[in-house]
Amino acid sequence: MLKARFGDAVVELQSEGFSPAFVVVAPAAVRDVARFLADDPALSFDSLMSLSGVDYKDRLAVAYHLHSLAHRHAVGLKAFLPTESPELPTVDDVWPAANFHEREAFDLFGIVFTGSKDLRRILLPEDWEGHPLRKDYKYPDFYHGIKV
Amino acid sequence: MSNDPAHGRPPAPPGHGAAPAPAVGPEAHVLVGNADLFVNWSRKSSLWYLLFATACCGIELMQAGASRYDLDRFGAVFRATPRQSDLMLVAGTITHKMADRVKRLYDQMPEPKYVIAMGSCANTGGPFYKDSYCVVKGVDLLIPVDVYIPGCPPRPEALIDGILRLQKIIMKKKNVYGAKA
Repeated sequence: MLKARFGDAVVELQSEGFSPAFVVVAPAAVRDVARFLADDPALSFDSLMSLSGVDYKDRLAVAYHLHSLAHRHAVGLKAFLPTESPELPTVDDVWPAANFHEREAFDLFGIVFTGSKDLRRILLPEDWEGHPLRKDYKYPDFYHGIKV
Repeated sequence: MSNDPAHGRPPAPPGHGAAPAPAVGPEAHVLVGNADLFVNWSRKSSLWYLLFATACCGIELMQAGASRYDLDRFGAVFRATPRQSDLMLVAGTITHKMADRVKRLYDQMPEPKYVIAMGSCANTGGPFYKDSYCVVKGVDLLIPVDVYIPGCPPRPEALIDGILRLQKIIMKKKNVYGAKA
């Protein structure tokens, strides 16, 4: 159904070994697909259960876990991003809960969600350098004069 | 009468109570000691600690303060502001983001002030000692610590023991009154 509607923006369906099945979409189409998944009455994924960043070393990914309280079904949404300058449209107007999750992914992975209402670091101090959950993250020696 | 106020009765202020205390004899309310002893005794008997916890050790701290373990009986009650506190119980993990706040709270406490590092995280970073970018590896990197209590988290008995040890340390302080220590 998604393939018919969004065409090439839907890259693949990961169903083997994934529960729920993941739909891999092009980064630019994430927002439109999310809006469709949330608003379509047959799907009505009204709950964003989690939004996580993943680092596969050669590329980054953002995984969305969606759940529908009305239909009691779930699906995953995934977008792969380049390690350099990872950018993704925000979904915080589709699910307001996305904002904190996006801030966390930005804080720890450096993934920029364009159009976000409020994209700041959420866990680490404002003046922290780097994004610690990246695989290539180098620990700082000192922070504010205290050995890390 | 005993001149050890740690186990003796407190001196009755003049004019306090219904019947005046006899001037001599075993019932006389007289204590003999130097200024250090009295100042230290009053300090150790009113260790007001800062109501401040950053992790699971705070739950044990609450237990110690509640009725079953009753820290009140040692004169240790919590204060909700650093400006009224004598003792900072660092109960829990201190992250680098929290470190500036801990330092600021400590700086706001009036002298004399004491610090007890409660639990493994406050002592050394605990389970986060290795491979953690965000946890301070021991609160003694920030502020001076008087007593370390091991445990993850320490039981209330251990916390009470730590406070009693701090009271012993306080009683040994010299030249606390007037002259420079």
